[in-house]
Amino acid sequence: MSEIILTPKEQPQVPLEAPNIKPDVFAGKTIDEIKEVEINYGNDTVKLSDFFDVEGTPGETAGEIKIIIDGDVSNTKRIGQQMTAGEILVKGNVSMYVGLEMEGGKITVQGDATVWAGQNMRGGELEIMGDAGDYVGSSYRGDWRGMNGGLITIHGDVGYEIAEYMGGGKIVVKGNADHMPGVHMSNGVLIIEGNVTSRTGGEMSGGTIVVKGVIGQFLAGFKYWGVEKNIQVDGEDIPGVFYKFTGDNAIKGANGTVYVAVAGNKHVAPE
Amino acid sequence: MELVNNVVCPFCGTLCDDIICKVENDEIVGTYNACIIGHSKFVHTEGAMRYKKPLLRKNGEFVEISYEEAIDKAAQILVDAKRPLMYGWSCTECSAQEVGMELAEEVRAVVDNTASVCHGPSLLAVHDTGYPVCTLGEVKNRADVVVYWGCNPFHAHPRHLSRHSYARGFFRERGRADRTIIVVDPRKSDTSKLADIHLQLDYNNDYELVDAMRAALKGHEILYEEVAGIPRDDIVGAVEALKKAQFGILFFGMGITHSLGKHRNIDTAIMMVQELNQFAKWTLIPMRGHYNVNGFNQVCTWESGYPFCVDFATGTPRYNPGETGSNDLLQNKEADAMMVIASDPGAHFPQNALHTMAEIPVIAIEPHRTPTTEMANLIIPPAIVGMEAEGTAYRMDGVPLRMKKVVESDLLSDKEILEKILEKAQELKASK
Amino acid sequence: MERIIKNGVVYCPLNGINGEKMDISIKDGKIVESVSDDAEVFDASGQIVMPGAVEVHAHIAGAKVNVGRMMRPEDSKKDAEGTVEATHRRAGSGFSVPSTHMTGYRYAQMGYTTAMEAAMPPLLARHTHEELQAIPILDHAAFPLFGNNWFVMDYLGEGDIDSCAAYISWLLRATKGYAIKIVNPCGTEAWGWGGNVHGIHDTAPHFKVTPAEMIKGMAEVNEKLRLPHSIHLHCNDLGHPGNYETTIESFEVPKGIKVNPATGSRDTVVHGTHVQYHSYAGTSWRDFESAADIVADYVNKNDHITIDIGQVTLDETTTMTADGPMEYDLHSLNGLKWANCDVEMETGSGVVPFIYSAKAPVPAVQWAIGMELSLLVKDPAKICLTTDSPNAGPFTRYPRIFAWLMSNQYREDMLENKLHKWAQKRSSIATIDREFSFYEIAQATRGTPAKVLGLSDFKGHLGAGADADVAVYNMNPDTIDPSSDYMAIEQGFQKASMVFKDGELTVKDGEVVNAGLKGKTFWADTQVEQNSYNAVLKEVERQFVKYYSIGFKNYPVEDEYIAKSAPIKGVML
Ligand code: SF4
Ligand SMILES: [Zn+2]
Repeated sequence: MSEIILTPKEQPQVPLEAPNIKPDVFAGKTIDEIKEVEINYGNDTVKLSDFFDVEGTPGETAGEIKIIIDGDVSNTKRIGQQMTAGEILVKGNVSMYVGLEMEGGKITVQGDATVWAGQNMRGGELEIMGDAGDYVGSSYRGDWRGMNGGLITIHGDVGYEIAEYMGGGKIVVKGNADHMPGVHMSNGVLIIEGNVTSRTGGEMSGGTIVVKGVIGQFLAGFKYWGVEKNIQVDGEDIPGVFYKFTGDNAIKGANGTVYVAVAGNKHVAPE
Repeated sequence: MELVNNVVCPFCGTLCDDIICKVENDEIVGTYNACIIGHSKFVHTEGAMRYKKPLLRKNGEFVEISYEEAIDKAAQILVDAKRPLMYGWSCTECSAQEVGMELAEEVRAVVDNTASVCHGPSLLAVHDTGYPVCTLGEVKNRADVVVYWGCNPFHAHPRHLSRHSYARGFFRERGRADRTIIVVDPRKSDTSKLADIHLQLDYNNDYELVDAMRAALKGHEILYEEVAGIPRDDIVGAVEALKKAQFGILFFGMGITHSLGKHRNIDTAIMMVQELNQFAKWTLIPMRGHYNVNGFNQVCTWESGYPFCVDFATGTPRYNPGETGSNDLLQNKEADAMMVIASDPGAHFPQNALHTMAEIPVIAIEPHRTPTTEMANLIIPPAIVGMEAEGTAYRMDGVPLRMKKVVESDLLSDKEILEKILEKAQELKASK
Repeated sequence: MERIIKNGVVYCPLNGINGEKMDISIKDGKIVESVSDDAEVFDASGQIVMPGAVEVHAHIAGAKVNVGRMMRPEDSKKDAEGTVEATHRRAGSGFSVPSTHMTGYRYAQMGYTTAMEAAMPPLLARHTHEELQAIPILDHAAFPLFGNNWFVMDYLGEGDIDSCAAYISWLLRATKGYAIKIVNPCGTEAWGWGGNVHGIHDTAPHFKVTPAEMIKGMAEVNEKLRLPHSIHLHCNDLGHPGNYETTIESFEVPKGIKVNPATGSRDTVVHGTHVQYHSYAGTSWRDFESAADIVADYVNKNDHITIDIGQVTLDETTTMTADGPMEYDLHSLNGLKWANCDVEMETGSGVVPFIYSAKAPVPAVQWAIGMELSLLVKDPAKICLTTDSPNAGPFTRYPRIFAWLMSNQYREDMLENKLHKWAQKRSSIATIDREFSFYEIAQATRGTPAKVLGLSDFKGHLGAGADADVAVYNMNPDTIDPSSDYMAIEQGFQKASMVFKDGELTVKDGEVVNAGLKGKTFWADTQVEQNSYNAVLKEVERQFVKYYSIGFKNYPVEDEYIAKSAPIKGVML
């Protein structure tokens, strides 16, 4: 196992973009070569070593490499973009698009992420110990084919429109979500352990959403099926008592399922 | 006195092209046919002071400089910046916008227009759902059901109603009497007073209402007794009215694009219009504000592939509003220089965006004194398009018209200024 | 400036040159018999030399094209290119609908130097021209849409050919348009109310004219105005199983009208466009099958018609047409996003993304139908190769189509390994072993389109007097066997080794080196008898003021929109 440690030097005001910070790019390179890897600094191209100290033991293949970012990179975008194997551990916050289009391997962020974490994710695992922003596990603008594999876990809160156009894989949010989780979702599983402000599953055509906390307001396009106990989702048993809805019938032929914990959610059941 | 006919109004997206300007001593002294806001623009009663010379801020004070110095300075600021932002564009003509796109590409800037703060959400919705529209003449000739959702044309587009939905058309010989007008708006407005039906929904519940309407359209029972403050039966009734149209048109404005959920409200509204076509002919038109806000989106799209918020940082166009919008760049403190043209973000952007603007060099290409020019480091005054300079503008429905040069001006046009900045920027980059 | 392209193997069908080794001399942007010894020499030995290719039908500029870009950022993102500072090549994006600069570069890289925008809504003509001006390099023209124009429908409903001719003459000049384009005649007007017409004897609500009368009347007007191109016809019932009957009936309508162009050497009265979409048998998508053999047979037996193909390329693309109801049907079928634009008094349009998956039955048959048409029409002087870009696929796939046509082995590989079995079962493609020669490719991409467009005096050939638009491909016909080296054919045509536009070296080694070049705009400048013209215009203005949403005086496209104006004169006898 190879460990490559990137220690942020003083970080610039204009953001960095570092899709090259991933095991796939570091594989087969010496530490000196890794220092030369290109990153974007605004409209300039600079070397990784301009903004990071690089040390550690290099590795031959992506799968054996673990990149440790030892500090805060809250102004660096696109860490781990399209990574296929290996590991990245960020011991601080990251900026936009962490794990964008990632296909395999694992990314762990000990701090917060911002928007578009895991956009169009295909596989692998993305874990954020803090909060994340809007559009976690969403699709790119205009694309009706969003995240379709892998697992995203957010331990804190998230923003709006997470799992937008999700077509597969799984997202677990331990905290709260803002409006429209699972908008236009067509498949996959979204589990929100905290509360949701509103519009859960808006325009969803398939897939499953489970909300264990309290929903602010629910959509009238869904059909209500009554109360279910100890549900099973994607092979996993989820204990508790839930209202079951299907929809969103705003969409023709929709067959998405939304489970909402009974506790605290009397107002969403139509009786 | 001379009368100039068929002038196109450089104010709102209605883009009236039947204005007659009264000209005396090479100055527009009056108009026929224009509404009061259009008229004010033509006769310079906007109340603002007009700049005649470029101004540079030195030690806090503006000093007059030559165009040449101003252009050198502007080019230098843009070339030096690592993340320049070029914003505005909605009150100028398309060939200036085209040069602007080339300049943005040259200096690897982010280029964005005022759609970012008005119909940007509509564009995002178009990406997801499409854009079933018609030209305004279709409304006049065919429409029998007209819906205004979250807009108040009576004030924002004063001649819209008389030119289109009250006008007599080929299949609507009686004009207004041949049409049902439905207003959806949480407020009572002067437009809602004219409506046959006013659906007064709760604030920020547009998405909830459309969701229920779309379910009803497909024959599903609406889950709740009341949605968005409107009883279930009224919603079903409204849906029936829409289904019975021969030709329906949905006009929508900021009231829905900027209520909670923004582009998702438009997304679901567009899809409803699409679905209504199973029952009746239905189309829509966004009520665009600035007279050529649409033109920039057209130009930006044919030049780069994307309608606004285009990021040329890497040389290859990239796009993602939320990251590459002006407000995103300013609020996230990414931008390190800004050029503003043909718009007034100083008056319309939120406080934390203005904070960043105050900290970075700002170039304003702007004829009048505005809150933006007050924050600027450099002001370059242009001739005013549609009065002193000509070029294309795109009406809200995409109909392109030629803005006229009615009177002469000593000032350079937006296009000329941009061409000179571009030339200078190329020079500076080559010598780098 | 003199230049000479030496020792290339030349294919120039309009001059009957079939693979002869010869030099091409260029002076002041034109092909000449010979040049002095001072001429700049370009060596093309062992390479193919052809006239610059001519695109007869594509959607490259204007309102619906731009909506196609605007509504598909995901398409733009997957194919974006950056600035090339050394050559001032501009950035851009778009796989199926490239941005304007990229459109010009990509055509030029393949050796195309002229392209037609096949559908211009007259009211939105400025938009089309603004984009055409933003497309570098290519000479171009745009076809205004007439098939659902209220004035035309009224005139032809009354059988008033003369007034119709006067109106069309005015409109062509007002919009700087080139040819009479007819799309789903009467059908798009019916779409104004959410309907369509079926077959050529139906009528739109409130109008008393049939598609057949529209086609006939406009073909007569076309020859009366002595236009360079024939009527350009997108038949009714596009994409409907069983539509081949409508197609052949439509082609029959203008038969017998006397060909009468004022310029060029066109000898046909109708051009049927993207005929692949119009050659379907069956009654539903379940029993859908090819009728390409029947349509090809018709084309073989008749000399008043040319066609272009609309070859499906098996890509994810963006469909766009003035056939409004058809796009709505497509959206209902595939459930993807849908744009529409109904244009008052004139026309409509729609845009829908579409995925032509090789493994799906219907696209596989559509692919086969396009191939059959190209291969079963015996004389390539009757066909133009197109994809109706971006409808059946983006124009950037032309080299692949050439390779398919030149190699039976390539087609067999497609049938065996790539395509759904319906391609073989529901068409005769597997039984056809004809292979196109380089000469025939040159015919179907140069000679024929130039001739049918009425541009063959100076486009589509390399005789003295022609525009010096020349494409050189690094393929040696003596050594390459297209039948087995089909991948090399595809690559060879994708990136020309040299392209000259008006004598200027514009592409070198497959890359654009002259990115700032501006093309000419061809438009039809026809004359009609002045008195009746004035009378017709007066009446047009009276109606216009009532029913259009803009002023009559603000309708004509100003000269500012045409940087290099190239009017093609016609006169009414
Ligand atoms: S409605 Fe708009 S375009 Fe028309 S005159 Fe008034 S401001 Fe000008
Ligand atoms: Zn076409």
